[in-house]
Amino acid sequence: METTIEQTLPMDKIVDKSLKKTHTIEVNDAKVWYGDFMAIKGIDMVIKPNTVTSFIGPSGCGKSTFLRLFNRMNDYVDGFKMEGKIKVNGRNIYKDKVHVEELRKEIGMVFQKPNPFPKSIFENVAYGLKIQGIKDKKLINDRVEKALKQADLWEDVKDNLKKSALTLSGGQQQRLCIARTLAVEPSIILMDEPTSALDPISTSKIEDLIFELKEKYTIIIVTHNMQQASRISDYTAFFYLGNLIEFDKTKNIFTNPQKQQTENYITGRFG
Amino acid sequence: MNNLQKNKLIDTTFKTVGLLFTLLGILILIILLYNIIRVGYTRINWEFLTSLPSRKPERAGIYTAIIGTLDLMLLTIIFAIPVGIGAGLYLEEYAKKSRLSTLLEINIANLAGVPSIIYGLLGLGIFVRFFGFGGSILSGALTLSLLILPIIIVATREAIKAVPPSLKEASFALGASKWQTLQKVVLPSSFGGILTGVILSLSRAIGETAPLIVVGAMAYVPFVPHSLFDTFSILPMQIFTWTTRPQEGFAIAAAAAIIIILVITFVMNGVAVYLRNKWQNKLS
Repeated sequence: METTIEQTLPMDKIVDKSLKKTHTIEVNDAKVWYGDFMAIKGIDMVIKPNTVTSFIGPSGCGKSTFLRLFNRMNDYVDGFKMEGKIKVNGRNIYKDKVHVEELRKEIGMVFQKPNPFPKSIFENVAYGLKIQGIKDKKLINDRVEKALKQADLWEDVKDNLKKSALTLSGGQQQRLCIARTLAVEPSIILMDEPTSALDPISTSKIEDLIFELKEKYTIIIVTHNMQQASRISDYTAFFYLGNLIEFDKTKNIFTNPQKQQTENYITGRFG
Repeated sequence: MNNLQKNKLIDTTFKTVGLLFTLLGILILIILLYNIIRVGYTRINWEFLTSLPSRKPERAGIYTAIIGTLDLMLLTIIFAIPVGIGAGLYLEEYAKKSRLSTLLEINIANLAGVPSIIYGLLGLGIFVRFFGFGGSILSGALTLSLLILPIIIVATREAIKAVPPSLKEASFALGASKWQTLQKVVLPSSFGGILTGVILSLSRAIGETAPLIVVGAMAYVPFVPHSLFDTFSILPMQIFTWTTRPQEGFAIAAAAAIIIILVITFVMNGVAVYLRNKWQNKLS
């Protein structure tokens, strides 16, 4: 890789133990196949804590696949095969010993379409806690309230926690899904086009939320919305045909891209 | 006639034809019910329900047949439902896509279409003879369980398939294991569909006669089964025997027994619909 980030943080230094804590996600030559199709063609990347990173690129460029590597959501896809190393908080997550369930408590995920469970609002947010076997009612209540407040939904729903989550609007549902993720208290949150199914007002609420969440969490967001990427993210990665073309500070990507392909894409000349 | 009018005409025609077909089904059911009730209602009373079978038509009752049917259903539920739902869950959620699993799937689908008498012969070979259960209610229930297993498996799989993958993903992403996801997300969402399949299969089982004749259901059993190894009678068997008798009194008794078996089936379906609606209200 010859991008600026990689140049300032060469791989041998990252592996250095003193630096381990400062890097949330380190990807080393990741390759992914679905059957015979090679979806990711060897990507290196370092994601720093408490930053927002946007993944952009045309449909089918591998950005969602790449995102889903971090919490091993690709494991369920038929024919999925992966090579390379991915370290999350210093631990290689594709080793046999890793418990996927444990990993996903550290890395939350918000999906493209709001997908609340057909349960009450409360049960939705408490779900992640209950499956961990937490039974302490007070603790659960506190965490649910805290998560809903963080997701800026508490005021909307505090009197209706028993109501079905499906009665909420699309934007509220998506914030509920964020609250549900936050309740588990992960350190990293993956977002796969979280606003693509929402109206502009709901979208801007979620963007504000992402901005606030940055203080405590590391956020990686896949988006098709170039303005969104430039508004909310500190770093932007441009993917094309399974390759990471350019990865740099968002400002640099949008004002002074180093690669012709990146410039073509962000100026709307292809993709 | 322009295109718009043409489309409208086709639309109206289809609507009318569809309505006619729907009414036809209901009409046939009404005629059937009317005929049976007209003949059989005179015999419906407490005595008929609580009397043992008899050679004299006016004294014959269906006590042993009703208890036999209910016992048989209960046992079949106990055997078939856990196995059927378990197999469906496994095939849909755990089994890796391989040649073996494809083969299994095709075979299970085919099994649902095998004539029931074949299951009777299988039951005769395995349960009656090989395991030595004899012509008992246990053999009968196990045979019926085999008969309805494919239906339950297929229904379970269809119901699970209908659960949006996004819900499963959400559960996994929150750190849930496969079993937790099944238990807390997949099963509650597919409960209605699974229940419908189970009730349909039981409605089929309750009317089955042929396989049970083979494994030893009798028309004349002067006592209620007390253990799993007792001989038994069932309502369809009783009806079948009575309709072959020359006396008119037995025809009436058969009609009355048909009413009872229909009532049992309707109650079962009613409970299923009630449970399903209650479940759906709880979810939405």
